[in-house]
Amino acid sequence: MNLDSVIFIISAAVTLFGAVMMIMQRNPVASVLYFILSLVAQAVLYVQLGALFVGAVLIIVYSGAILVLFLFVIMLLNLRGDEDLGAPSSPVSQLTKYVVSIGIIAEFAFVIWSTGFSSSIPTGIIAGASENFGSTEQVARLLFGRYLYPFELTSILLLAAIVGAVVIARKENGDEIESKAAAKTAADEVTG
Amino acid sequence: MIDTTAASIDFSIIAPEIALLAAAFIILVSVYNKKMRNLAPVIATAGLLVSLLIAIEQMGNPKTGFFGMVTCDDFTVVFKILFVISSLLILMFGRRYFVSKNIDRPEFYALLCISTMGMMVMASTTDLVVIFLGLEIMSVPLYVMAGMDKRSLESNEAGIKYLIMGAFASGFLLMGIAFIFGSSGTTDLRRIAADFQFIGENYQLYFNAGAVLTLVGFAFKVAAVPFHSWVPDVYQGAPTPVTAFFSVGPKAAGFAALLRIFNFGFEDMEFISDIFWMLAVLTMTVGNILALRQGNIKRMLAYSSIAHAGYILVAFAVGGSAAMSAAVFYLFAYGLFNLGSFAIITQLEIRSGCKSELSELSGLSKAHPYLSAALTVFMLALAGFPPTVGFIGKFYLFTAAIDGGFIWLTIIGVLNSFISVYYYLRVVKVSFLEKFEGTFVPVKYTPAMMAVLLITLAGTLGLGIFPEKLLEISRAAIFAFL
Repeated sequence: MNLDSVIFIISAAVTLFGAVMMIMQRNPVASVLYFILSLVAQAVLYVQLGALFVGAVLIIVYSGAILVLFLFVIMLLNLRGDEDLGAPSSPVSQLTKYVVSIGIIAEFAFVIWSTGFSSSIPTGIIAGASENFGSTEQVARLLFGRYLYPFELTSILLLAAIVGAVVIARKENGDEIESKAAAKTAADEVTG
Repeated sequence: MIDTTAASIDFSIIAPEIALLAAAFIILVSVYNKKMRNLAPVIATAGLLVSLLIAIEQMGNPKTGFFGMVTCDDFTVVFKILFVISSLLILMFGRRYFVSKNIDRPEFYALLCISTMGMMVMASTTDLVVIFLGLEIMSVPLYVMAGMDKRSLESNEAGIKYLIMGAFASGFLLMGIAFIFGSSGTTDLRRIAADFQFIGENYQLYFNAGAVLTLVGFAFKVAAVPFHSWVPDVYQGAPTPVTAFFSVGPKAAGFAALLRIFNFGFEDMEFISDIFWMLAVLTMTVGNILALRQGNIKRMLAYSSIAHAGYILVAFAVGGSAAMSAAVFYLFAYGLFNLGSFAIITQLEIRSGCKSELSELSGLSKAHPYLSAALTVFMLALAGFPPTVGFIGKFYLFTAAIDGGFIWLTIIGVLNSFISVYYYLRVVKVSFLEKFEGTFVPVKYTPAMMAVLLITLAGTLGLGIFPEKLLEISRAAIFAFL
């Protein structure tokens, strides 16, 4: 057993452990922390496959930015995990839950098997790809060369979204919804 | 023939987009200055005008650039002109409405410019990735604009509904693009068209799935039945000038992208014509029948816009250059008389308390004789009466359909036009014959509103009598890539 295999087994195990623990927690903060653990281990797997850029992006963007944002939101909302989650769901939805998850597992198993699953541990670079496939340099060359135009468009899209969010969310004088009476009649319409 | 290997970074081909973006940036920066805030509509108008002039300059000079990501042929230019003109008209008649409802925010004009730019991006590419990005740049400001009137529950509802349905549509579209990329190895429609035979033989199933999902995504955007459920509520809830904006620009952009994808990229696809005629029949019929029972003018025009999307889809079912240029012609014509009718509704809604119910039009001919005369012309154009451009548009569409052998589809289309006469003429009847109740508060016309009404009226009648020039332009647009 060489070093590659040891690293693969450890990081794969940590990925699964993090994923399982994430959904087992009642406390959302702990959930997010386990999710970050799982992502970091996944990044190791990507690096092992030679996809350095994807690995780095996973850590920087996903665990670094998005999940930290999750943490902020959870902390701001002050969720502690001891909230009453309501009555247990109906037997039908209980059943659906199991049927769907078993179905998805079966689907994954089928896909992995049908694509010639082999028991050897994947290491190194994908067969047939060039030496620096997926490297940061290659990605950068594509992003600022062939895909320059779409890349720049993305920034405009983000700008539009940010401006839009500010316009909608900002509170201005007299921005309360019409009047209480109007809001009440609307609520009555919804309920009855 | 366009040089497809061009890898140059040539800013002249995206100059109209840059002009709009520059206007948006200037507005966003000037938001913080009290004096500059009021200049926002002026800056937006200037940006749109510059953009229009550059676009006209680009006519007849096809180019590609940015590694094949941008294609600027006559087709692109014609659509760019359509988008800019519709945005300009809306800017002209929208300001007064926003001020009267106390929702006049400078950011709106920046979002309008960005949205128009997104439409241009959509029309000026043969790459699916860029089409998707253009669609999103167009749509995100639209969601915000629909919910602009934060004090109105309907406007909030419109914003949320549009956002959720738009996200759904984007999901379908992305899934479709992913399937197409998976089966063809490229997102460039030119390469897909070139390799069509090969892809069809090897990855038929995945490619077809991708094509259908893409079509569903765009069907949401152009409001084709059965993907139309968001339209009435969004059209009714959004501020009226914004509704006018929805009904012209984004719809035309959606059709432009559909034209590129299905009549250029997937030209050789066999079953797609069947899907298009089914969509066309459903969209025309459901739109017209549901419009019959509407008591609110904005809601009625929402269903009418669904029905008009159906007429245009007839051209897609027929295919070929004659039908396609008829579709481009119809988009222009529809833009004109639809914007005209929305301008009139906006003018009426500036009176406080008006919810644009049909009954509120009663006695209009007494209080505002010119306005009701103009409304009559626009309603006749929507119904397709001569000598308006609505008649010419339908005439070209249905002639192309008959020439293409789709006689029964034409019959359904004509029957639908007859149905639509009922609800369009009901508006005329209420405004002329029904008794005047209550008091009309006279509303002064702003010069901009006058100009919009005159332009749309002149266009509706003038192009109805002398349609040759516009027809020539729409033919040129289609022959640019067929």
